[in-house]
Amino acid sequence: MLRFIAGRLIVVIAVAITLSFITFFLLNYAIDPAQAVAGEEALFEEIEQVRIQYGFDRPILERYFEWASGVMRGNFGESYYWNKSVYLLVLERAPETITLALMSVSVTIIIAIPLGILAALNPNTIIDRFALGIAVAAQAVPNFWLGLLMIILFALTFPIFPVSGDKTYFHFVLPSIVLGASSVPPVMRLMRTGLLDVVDSDYIRTARSNGFYGWNLTINHSMRNAVLPVVSVLAVQLGHKFGGSVITESVFAINGLGRLALESILGTDIPTVQILVFIFAFMFLIFNLFADILNAYLDPRLRK
Amino acid sequence: MIFELFAKRLFPQAFNNDLSELEPKHIFLRKSVNHLGFKFGLTMLLIIIFLGIFGPHIIGISPYEQDLTKRLLPPIWVEGGNWEHIFGTDGNGRDYLARILYGTRISLTIGFGAAFVGMIIGISLGILAGYFGGWVDQLVNYLLTCQLALPGLLLAMTVVFLIGPSITVVILVIGVLHWTLFLVVSRSATQRIRNLDYVLAANAIGASKYQIIFSDIIPNILNQIIVIFTLEVGIAILSEASLSFLGVGIQPPTPSWGLLIAEGREALFFQPWLIILPGIALFLLVVSINMLGDGLRDITDPNSKIEIKSKVEVPISNLKQNINSKK
Repeated sequence: MLRFIAGRLIVVIAVAITLSFITFFLLNYAIDPAQAVAGEEALFEEIEQVRIQYGFDRPILERYFEWASGVMRGNFGESYYWNKSVYLLVLERAPETITLALMSVSVTIIIAIPLGILAALNPNTIIDRFALGIAVAAQAVPNFWLGLLMIILFALTFPIFPVSGDKTYFHFVLPSIVLGASSVPPVMRLMRTGLLDVVDSDYIRTARSNGFYGWNLTINHSMRNAVLPVVSVLAVQLGHKFGGSVITESVFAINGLGRLALESILGTDIPTVQILVFIFAFMFLIFNLFADILNAYLDPRLRK
Repeated sequence: MIFELFAKRLFPQAFNNDLSELEPKHIFLRKSVNHLGFKFGLTMLLIIIFLGIFGPHIIGISPYEQDLTKRLLPPIWVEGGNWEHIFGTDGNGRDYLARILYGTRISLTIGFGAAFVGMIIGISLGILAGYFGGWVDQLVNYLLTCQLALPGLLLAMTVVFLIGPSITVVILVIGVLHWTLFLVVSRSATQRIRNLDYVLAANAIGASKYQIIFSDIIPNILNQIIVIFTLEVGIAILSEASLSFLGVGIQPPTPSWGLLIAEGREALFFQPWLIILPGIALFLLVVSINMLGDGLRDITDPNSKIEIKSKVEVPISNLKQNINSKK
């Protein structure tokens, strides 16, 4: 087990280093960093002055190593757009995004798992069709549009939840529903097929012939095996939520990392964007690793 | 109904009662006639493509023509709407129906274009990894892990915004970020096919690697690739809409659906149709593409349980006569 974890950890670290390399080079070649700091209308002399002042005239590899060693010590660099340390910016905005990510995954669990179980217990009935219909719809509905519809609906017709801002947990209800809805189709389908596979297996038939039935059989026998892949997919989805928060946060005016990313892009603030891309990718890697370890712990066959 | 009529008119031989003489394409047709989602998705997609190509010519109004005396006219079903502007007008007095119809072209172009770019990258890497195996496979696997970890939307936003948004840039960026599904599917299919007898035979008679890849492997993974392609078109269309909605994709005045929704946001509570109409268009297009893709998967899957039943049943009395006559 330890060997398994160590192996995975090495891959995660290698991928993280590769990704930091790719983002750094991509962003520094997509736009001249000196131009980005100086602004669109800057004169040639001003740009050259900024280039020397900020050290953009040095080789890109040197700047990359300086940046990377800074990141490892918690020094994320200075934001030119916000005039602030990027570390503080991220720290300020992170709690909102973490709350949103956790709440949206809870919404996914609350909707997708019962639907998946119901669909698997009643295959090819109206309930099954209904669940699959919801999956097809949730897959095709644009996130931002769903958010705007919710705002129209809840601001005028049912004023239960606030539609914009991030002061209380109630403010996060609608954004979590919108962000959570996009994970419903994969989780629900997996729950359904997993349970359908298990229901046909020998040990369930044995349990049935021993007199187990109904919810007791489903919860205590079938679910144990069917829920394994679902748990790992949920962990992966949680990793996705950080990067996926951009749209939801800008629709519902939540001051989290996603909105910070959008504002930094529009202000061509390369240091902040760099760190955010890296943080989102790292979050995904960590949750993926967590899912792998959890799966290996629950299912010894995967440890090889 | 109409779908079945067309299918029977075009390929009458596919609907024979003698199941033993069916060719693969006839089996495909017969299965598709029995798949409701496939029929619905295909019909709807064809209608949308038709509207995208001919719609702007039929209504004959330019999507860019402004008339500031006719700003924010309501659509026909809201009080005050008239037949001149069926879907009303936007904040600059441009005809909304014309803009939505024109937006169909942009969504379709970007959806198919980006999926095509992703397909080329994904298939190339997938076949390389599946055919050569070993360190090539491991390298591609590593690339896959990297790509999966990247926050796609955020990176697409950044690159499109920094390079300068245009339709070509959006297509390339979305395509370059969406190849993982193609890779996974084509790699596993190639691994399976390369050890089949006919590939070994081709190898034995001295066919080169390129000949084997292009004439033996690619034609046989196309079935699965088409399914992924359809689903990726839907994903690419949604990505483009998200980028344009956030202001870092297609730029005004080009009528992309995501952009129309972003523009309608200012009048969210007073003219809600400005965001509802393009949203419905986007939803219908992606639903129809996804249903088509799901249908194709069910139909092309050799293990699928869709029946190839013959519609015309042989009456039992005939059978009895036959038995009697044999006596």
